[in-house]
Amino acid sequence: MSKHVVLVEDELNIAEAIRFVLSNDGWRVETLANGLNAVEVIRKARPDLVLLDVMLPGRSGFEILHDLRADPAFADLPVMMLTARGQSRDREMARKAGVSKFMTKPFSNAEMLEAVRELTASA
Amino acid sequence: MAREALTGSRIRERRIMASLKQADLARAIGISASYLNLIEHNKRRIGGKLLLDIAAALEVEPQTLTEGAEATLVAALREAAHEAGLNGAEAGRADEFAGRFPGWADVLAGTRRRLDALETTVEALTDRLGHDPHLAASIHELLTTAAAIRSTASILAETKTLQPEWRDRFHANLNEDSDRLSASAQNLVAYLDAEPGAEDAASSPQEEVEAFLSARDFSFEMLEGAADTDALISGMLADDPVLRSPAAHFIARIVLRQIARDAAQLPLARLRAALAVSGVDPVALARALDQPVGRVLRRLAALPELEAGMIVCDRSGTVTFRKTVDGFSVPRHGACCPLWPLFAALGQPGTIIAQRVSQLGRAQAQFQCYAVSEPVTPQGYNAPPLVHAMMLLLPVPEGGTFGVPVGATCRVCPHENCSARREPSILSAGA
Repeated sequence: MSKHVVLVEDELNIAEAIRFVLSNDGWRVETLANGLNAVEVIRKARPDLVLLDVMLPGRSGFEILHDLRADPAFADLPVMMLTARGQSRDREMARKAGVSKFMTKPFSNAEMLEAVRELTASA
Repeated sequence: MAREALTGSRIRERRIMASLKQADLARAIGISASYLNLIEHNKRRIGGKLLLDIAAALEVEPQTLTEGAEATLVAALREAAHEAGLNGAEAGRADEFAGRFPGWADVLAGTRRRLDALETTVEALTDRLGHDPHLAASIHELLTTAAAIRSTASILAETKTLQPEWRDRFHANLNEDSDRLSASAQNLVAYLDAEPGAEDAASSPQEEVEAFLSARDFSFEMLEGAADTDALISGMLADDPVLRSPAAHFIARIVLRQIARDAAQLPLARLRAALAVSGVDPVALARALDQPVGRVLRRLAALPELEAGMIVCDRSGTVTFRKTVDGFSVPRHGACCPLWPLFAALGQPGTIIAQRVSQLGRAQAQFQCYAVSEPVTPQGYNAPPLVHAMMLLLPVPEGGTFGVPVGATCRVCPHENCSARREPSILSAGA
């Protein structure tokens, strides 16, 4: 059975590239371009992994992560955040919100894939 | 107006006297710390219930917070005393100080406010990504586009069996994103280039003088052959809109007097006549005109047709005058590259250095440099001479032989294995 990832990313070309790389690796990729209904979609989909951009239209990645972690069913869901703002403040906020892994753009595909595998190996 | 407008300052003073942190007071009255900060800096009007709440939290009468200007002065003094760690008894005499020496008290309070404003500016400049939303947005845009390009390009490069539809698709994305990257990079440069705010914040007397000189194209025809140049100079400085600070006036007067002395000894007309014979050869010109080489260099720099640059430094190596030229950058805040012929000349007074150089990392424009150092004025007997050095930079047409590579300042210099390096470059190798 292929693993399922929800990708929340408003940059279409980045989303397309990630979708291609993960699909090639055997993932089923569901893409969302805005943050408004992300929590709902993730709740329903119950994916193995969430990839979350920070700056999203509608709601920020931090808010989405916060809502997910507030639900015990998603307390251990691996969530990797992708952001172009690699400042220490953002990392700190992500850590507090309960992120599993933080990745700074621009990242390499190999790096991203490795992190995805690492996060889901134990699950 | 002043009475009400300064309520914030009084709240700040009372809070500091009560040893309360801004965040703690804000929490007690149920507003955000940043909003309280705006109030305390008199950027938000305050009244009604909020004022009553703050007064209650600070355990003072509301009127104490809204009363007159005298109290504000005393408040600023107390704050200054608090920051300086002045002891209680002495700090308690702020009222008395303000009463007996109102002028000095004003100066002290004004200095303290200025310090606050400068601290804010420094903080903003140090953490520009955090404080400048436009810059942060531009950088975000750049990084995001770079991320898209990197991922897409690596798929194209690394996927051995990429179907043609996908390949076309990714090529189209790549094309689109590279357009976007160029546009956002250009926007960012335009923003950084033309930012009046930061310029103003960093403006120094030296920069005022430079603006004054460039506005006149470094050319002062009226000083050529004039009789009473001191009066002329005073007239020029008197109502100039660019020279704001007394320090800038001081510096500009030194520069203009030098120009007047040079003009009296070697008028540009005479220099031009000699140039027609010997060409731009400073030593030949100095001999023909019977003038010191230093003066010939300065006068050559004053000829608009040569489009030459000029840098003068004093014995400490501090740049005291600069006429910049495209392709050769002179760092704004000292710390120049020690490889410049200028500094070689400073170390060998009297020797005339002729060297072709090009500055690394920029457009690599070539310059024929002439540098010399000479005593400023006789200092007295048996005293080491106070010298200054000057360097003329003549642009060399493209295609000339390559010059000695020099830098601007270490921090932005890509020169590897440089024996003159005194701090690492922020340009990472290969970037």
